[in-house]
Amino acid sequence: MQKSVFYGALAAAVVFGGAAGAATLDDVKARGNLNCGVSTGLVGFASPDASGNWEGFDVAVCRAVAAAVLGDPQAVEFIPTTGKTRFTALASGEVDMLARNTTWTFSRDTDLKLDFIGVNYYDGQGFMVPKALGVTSAKDLDGATVCIQTGTTTELNLADFFRVNNISYEPVPIETNAEAQQQYLAEACDVYTTDASGLAATRASFESPGDHVILPEIISKEPLGPVVRHGDNEWGDIVRWTLNALISAEELGITSANVGELSSGPTNNPEINRLLGTEGTLGDMIGLDSEWAQRAIMAEGNYGEIFETNIGENTPVGLARGLNAQYTEGGLIYSPPFR
Amino acid sequence: MSDTSFVRTEMLAEQDPPPTSVGVIGWLRANLFPNWWNAVLTVLCLAAIWYVLSGLLGWTLRSVWTAGSLSECREVMIATWGSTHGHACWGVINDRWLQLLFGFYPPELYYRPILALLLLIAALAPVLFADKVSPRFLYVTAAYPFLMPWLMWGGSIWTPVGVAAGFAVAYLVGRAPRGAVPGLVLGILSAIVWWMAWFGFPVQAEVLAAGLGEGLAAISPDTAPFWLETVESRKFGGFMLSVMIGVVAIGCSLPLGILLALGRQSNMLIVKAICVGFIEFIRGVPLITLLFVASTLLNIFLPPGTNFDIILRVMIMVTLFAAAYMAEVIRGGLAGLPTGQYEGADSLGLNYWQAQRLIIMPQALKISIPGIVSTFIGIFKDTTLVSIIALLDPLGLSNSIRADTDWNGIYWELFAFIALLFFIACFGMSRYSMYLERKLKTEND
Repeated sequence: MQKSVFYGALAAAVVFGGAAGAATLDDVKARGNLNCGVSTGLVGFASPDASGNWEGFDVAVCRAVAAAVLGDPQAVEFIPTTGKTRFTALASGEVDMLARNTTWTFSRDTDLKLDFIGVNYYDGQGFMVPKALGVTSAKDLDGATVCIQTGTTTELNLADFFRVNNISYEPVPIETNAEAQQQYLAEACDVYTTDASGLAATRASFESPGDHVILPEIISKEPLGPVVRHGDNEWGDIVRWTLNALISAEELGITSANVGELSSGPTNNPEINRLLGTEGTLGDMIGLDSEWAQRAIMAEGNYGEIFETNIGENTPVGLARGLNAQYTEGGLIYSPPFR
Repeated sequence: MSDTSFVRTEMLAEQDPPPTSVGVIGWLRANLFPNWWNAVLTVLCLAAIWYVLSGLLGWTLRSVWTAGSLSECREVMIATWGSTHGHACWGVINDRWLQLLFGFYPPELYYRPILALLLLIAALAPVLFADKVSPRFLYVTAAYPFLMPWLMWGGSIWTPVGVAAGFAVAYLVGRAPRGAVPGLVLGILSAIVWWMAWFGFPVQAEVLAAGLGEGLAAISPDTAPFWLETVESRKFGGFMLSVMIGVVAIGCSLPLGILLALGRQSNMLIVKAICVGFIEFIRGVPLITLLFVASTLLNIFLPPGTNFDIILRVMIMVTLFAAAYMAEVIRGGLAGLPTGQYEGADSLGLNYWQAQRLIIMPQALKISIPGIVSTFIGIFKDTTLVSIIALLDPLGLSNSIRADTDWNGIYWELFAFIALLFFIACFGMSRYSMYLERKLKTEND
């Protein structure tokens, strides 16, 4: 009885939430800024600088959407969310979209009534060990002590991996990435496992990164992407195609440097023209003006530029493109055509 | 018979005590080396203290202050000492101390939280040091609950004025009828009516301007001295947020706790049941659960678009939590009073509230001081739990700061700084409670 009342209220709240969210675009325009849910802090993906400005790979997606919708990449209110509060913040309308390294899974997409609008980073769970251990493959880790964040999918993946390979491990539960770094450096565990991007960032912060290796095995699929509420498809389209615009821009060679020049008049590549609004009426179809994609690209650059500035090989995080290269370069990053 | 007498006829001159039992040596012998066993313990303790301090002081003092990133810190350490081990990198504090104190509060408005803190001191002084500070400061105390939110969040001054006026209305109306209960009910009703009128029809500015005449109308209520730039809750953070939540919880939980403790001992069945139920429920759930209710569950149940400030929600939850504990501490104080005190009050013909105010509470609260202050300190430290619901208190910020590629990997320096901030506040409270206990000591001994 109690339970049914609770679920009834929850369902009603979701329905009302959906009804109110049906006009997220109007809400955002009326408010004059985009409420974007980000992580409370993840190296390379979202972090505030000393004066409180947010920057990072996920943050750039928020800025691109704000630029497309409102014409100002600074018109974003960043709302830090934790792993525990992120989905209620979105469902209750506190944020208009989440750009918070959230793994696209079946149950989140269906049961939690969220809509993943694409993937902006393909991650996967990896292992880091000290070089002195002499381990070259994760399958050699029989009997190892493993530092692992509790309550995450990484914990389940780890159990699956060790069971499938019929080897044993001893977990050392830790709460945050920072704590894991300390435990690992203090040799409280032989192995640290988390998303490969996180491992790279952690390794980069070590005094002698060369003493640690990231093993070649990636034991899970972690497609990370922006999320919007289920039921407001117009708004979902805007966020989805803003991300696609950034990806297409890289494919078509449109950068923050040449976007102004390319959009000054029609070029002889019709897809560039359609994307930048010098030809056709793609903007109208999603309820925006024709220059929406220009502004999105101008905000922080195309997908490749955003990658290079925040997490690329020349940053301390130092991630290679890998799976996140364009499909033309052997990666998985692929945007449907702008037509 | 000889007349040798064994009785001394002259007094010996007073001699100095032996040099081994006075001065530094005497003190050392008496306190540190009275026998071989204590001497061994002393030496062992000194060795342990030396071991800890040599590491800690070396780490604290032989440190880098001016670096802009962790790698820069390490370069400086290598250049200066040849090793990075055992040296602190205070550059992160140098870079981010304002953020750790104020969160994302706009820097040009830092004067407002600082002013709020100074006013807090002025407001607390007549309460904490009643014998030394002029009671005129009590006006500041009375105004502070309305001034503080205005300073911190900004907006029009008519909001706090309206809220305060509502309380004044409640007081005046509540005094009119005879009897406590009708007065209370009428007072509350009149305040609600007042607030609905004040905030339902946002015309106060024009009405006031018209009422005050043309000359004063020139001072628009929506400009400088009456209008402060609004600062949104999500800009709040750092130690400022901890202090705000802590001060509100501490300030409101004591009166609430007293009422709950009295209610629990009441003979009125419903009042008692409500108080016992509230106390047992709140004490039965962890604070973090209440915070999750405040941050996520309320979001789902409130109608969409409701803008119920997250910091306000957290403050209410922390206050209720503290009040339940406070009620039990004060109940302990009440239980410590002999029945004779209650009977004495009755025999003097005092009514319930007079007896509480004049006889029972002064003694019960005095007994409870250590427990009350312990609860205060506990609740102040518990404010760091809000980092779990993504409010950026100092601990939450330490995570955000580490997410900056410049400072990724830094750990102890941030925690040391945050610990220092909390230590200063908690140690201050603890010393004050000892001062208060000494001051209120009435037994002859």
